[in-house]
Amino acid sequence: MIRRRTGRATLAVVLLAAGALLVTSALRDTLTYYRTPGEVLGDPAAARERVRLGGDVVPGSLRRDGDLVVFRLAEGGHEITVEQRGAPTGTFREGEGAVVEGSLAVDGTFRSDHVVVRHGNEYAPSTSPVEPADAR
Amino acid sequence: MRTSTVDLVADTPRAAAARRTMAWTTGGLAAAAAVAGGWLAPPDAVQGQAQRLMYLHVPAAWVAYAAFAVVLAAGVAYLITGDLQWDRLARAGAEIGVTLTVVTIATGSLWGHLVWGTWWAWDPRLVSTALLLLAYAGYLALRSAMSERAGTRDGGDHRVARSAAVAGVVGFLLVPVVHFSVVWWRSLHQQATVFAPQRPPIDPRMGVALLLAVAAATLGALCVLLHRAVRLERRGTTGASRAPDRVPARVG
Repeated sequence: MIRRRTGRATLAVVLLAAGALLVTSALRDTLTYYRTPGEVLGDPAAARERVRLGGDVVPGSLRRDGDLVVFRLAEGGHEITVEQRGAPTGTFREGEGAVVEGSLAVDGTFRSDHVVVRHGNEYAPSTSPVEPADAR
Repeated sequence: MRTSTVDLVADTPRAAAARRTMAWTTGGLAAAAAVAGGWLAPPDAVQGQAQRLMYLHVPAAWVAYAAFAVVLAAGVAYLITGDLQWDRLARAGAEIGVTLTVVTIATGSLWGHLVWGTWWAWDPRLVSTALLLLAYAGYLALRSAMSERAGTRDGGDHRVARSAAVAGVVGFLLVPVVHFSVVWWRSLHQQATVFAPQRPPIDPRMGVALLLAVAAATLGALCVLLHRAVRLERRGTTGASRAPDRVPARVG
């Protein structure tokens, strides 16, 4: 009886471990949600297909060119110029993090059609802390 | 769980009064949290008013973890004592945890839409939370299916209770995976603020609003847990003695 139960428990553990292994290998793209500029520049061939690129929007690099939004994403000393087609969400701004989705063109710019804002875990009142409350 | 001062899961007028007091306290805390989170706390510098969703999203997520911890603890207690009271507590905990995980995903989705610019992302935190929801929804489905097959009431059968306890203990392995997913893997989701090793700055008014919201959610979930445990117990005793024909009708 005890033997049968340990056998069943071992089987359950093995199945669970196998399941976990399958899930993590299937979700490899999920586990690394985005690549850094350094990784993309280090392996440009991999970025010719659709990948996600994340970094901080370099202050002063943001400009609009028709329906293109052009900016540079930087992390760890590496930078990539991004040409984003379509307006990003309202919280997108210089100095904040962003993750873009697209591929690296031959000329070294990253052409993306999807951008999400990646904000930090610090919370501070907006620059004029008292005014908005009084204004209402 | 036998009497210490008042046995809160007892089906007596005295325990019911204690549970009502607890519910009123929850109401007061929730009102204070709503005022603090809705008005007193300032809007965030980066995220604006959307950051107020934190006062719903974070408590829902934390209390969901706590509810799954109740499933774990009650499962262990059942396996040691063999008392079905623990099994019913585990079921109630899982029901609360699943509901709050749904709330977490819904509020997080809205927050993501407003701040990230997307309702959903295939990100480690989001995917692991969805797995957690599936695991405990599966736990409840397993209980329900096993009781139905055995022709018993969910929460009144030792064979069901034993399997459920094991499943509940194993399922808790996912909770640290969800919590540390933002540290272990590269994620779109921001890392923890309050539970971070070197706590990043958070405005004190925001911190107070968050603590009030967490306190209200914790106490509220405890009220629901006790109420549900008493109801499940009552249903079990009346079913066994007087109305066995009502047994198969219960599927949920």
